[in-house]
Amino acid sequence: MATIELNIYNLVNFQSIPPDWPGGFWWHWLFFTVVIIGFVLTMVMGVIYIERRGMARMQSRLGPNRTGPFGLLQPVADAIKVLLKENIVPDAADKLIHWLAPVVAFAPALMIFAVVPFGNGVLLADLNVGILYVVAISSVSTVGIFMAGWGSSNKYSLLGAMRNVAAVVSYEIPLVLAIVGVVLISGSLSLNQMVVAQDVPFILLQPLGFLLFFAAGCAEINRSPFDLMEADSEIVAGFHTEYSGMKFAMFYLVEYAEAVAISAIIATLFLGGWRGPILPPWLWFVVKVIIVFFAMVWTRTTLPRIRIDQLMAFAWKFLFPMSLFNLFITALQVLAGWPTELVWAMIIVNFAVMAILVLVWSKLFFKLGRGRIEV
Amino acid sequence: MGMVVSFWILAAVGIIAALGVVLLRNVFRAALSLILCFLIVAGLYVTLSADFLAAVQILVYVGAISVLIILAIMMTREVAQGSPNSRFQIPAFIVAILFLEVLVLTLINTPWPVSSMPPTAPTTAALANSLFGEGGYLLSVEIAAVLLLSAILGAVVLAREK
Repeated sequence: MATIELNIYNLVNFQSIPPDWPGGFWWHWLFFTVVIIGFVLTMVMGVIYIERRGMARMQSRLGPNRTGPFGLLQPVADAIKVLLKENIVPDAADKLIHWLAPVVAFAPALMIFAVVPFGNGVLLADLNVGILYVVAISSVSTVGIFMAGWGSSNKYSLLGAMRNVAAVVSYEIPLVLAIVGVVLISGSLSLNQMVVAQDVPFILLQPLGFLLFFAAGCAEINRSPFDLMEADSEIVAGFHTEYSGMKFAMFYLVEYAEAVAISAIIATLFLGGWRGPILPPWLWFVVKVIIVFFAMVWTRTTLPRIRIDQLMAFAWKFLFPMSLFNLFITALQVLAGWPTELVWAMIIVNFAVMAILVLVWSKLFFKLGRGRIEV
Repeated sequence: MGMVVSFWILAAVGIIAALGVVLLRNVFRAALSLILCFLIVAGLYVTLSADFLAAVQILVYVGAISVLIILAIMMTREVAQGSPNSRFQIPAFIVAILFLEVLVLTLINTPWPVSSMPPTAPTTAALANSLFGEGGYLLSVEIAAVLLLSAILGAVVLAREK
């Protein structure tokens, strides 16, 4: 037993666990696994309600308001309905892959929460490579979407999956470069250490990084205006066209679990995570996650869907150069010691840099042929 | 004890996955098997206390390389029926046997020293120092970056229509 304990203690920073915490590693593991599953499922139901009601409000509709008080039980009713539906598998489908795809897509969305802190040190595993783990794990869910697209043997499913890979490969670069800016300032890859380092929320120190991460994150999880892989008017429902019943419910769950995960990562990296006055840390965290998710709903109802070639052009001609600029400027500021000494100067300079860069590059973007790939 | 058990489980699944890559006729399933194999290798890194390497393994091999392989498969038609017959079966067999011989000879002739030192706890700082610090491998890192850039430029030049 000595070796396994040695190794686990090396991987998981146990200093963050209070000494009066009952039980050892396995109790810690069991407790947080249950908490994470409960948290994700509850939050998914909550955000589905927020999205449907909020979107309806923005579009001058009522939204679901019949089931329970204010329509609060609508997600429950939908869940029960979809569980009772018939499970139809196409005749020509690759049965094993078709069956496995929702599971492979769902596991990473849940695994991301293992390193997200709900309070100071209140997390499943305080990995010292935390954010790298998040980026690595979230790239696995693409494989699940591929399997769905391929296993259905339907051309719309395949097209949806191929659009997805194009989007993920392109948008991962600005996403990671935006994270690097935060890592430079906080000086750690551990999400808990990043929150501890945020005496000033990083959205003020990294406004451009926040915008880039938000846009690239929305594209990664295929939320509108980047929801091309399930563009209803073009390719039916994209990769999950041939899914029904429980398996469709899994994909629906994945979609919102990923949205909650990206909101949680944004809240942790840029909004100070669990930090805040008066309220308990976990409540601050939940509030921030919901605020970020609400911003996603807002952009979804406001912006029109972009075309597939515009999707690529936006990533490579706009987000990518901007993220390089952001990284370069942040690196210079960190070298000059600004994050610790001249915080207010850094906030003002970075907001000015963001405004100028966005304005100038938008003009340049038009000169570069707007959405066209060929110049 | 736990480490030994996890090593043998990982090793067994890894070998099965690797065999699947070679033996499965359906190319898409072979690619999925390759992804499983990459994940198992990442798991082995975790048991060796190389957490950074494990995360990068998943990020690069599963997130990037496998995805590109699958994309290439999806671009190809009628791969579900299995790989087409090739005239190179016998030469490929000979090369594979030679490669296997080299591997086996290396395995037998390496002394495999076992370190009694405890593994470094936060691996990231130590890695960064040996990659970018003084007396580190900075030149190799930069050369690798330039090599990748030139490969990308080459691909762009080849793919342009004009």
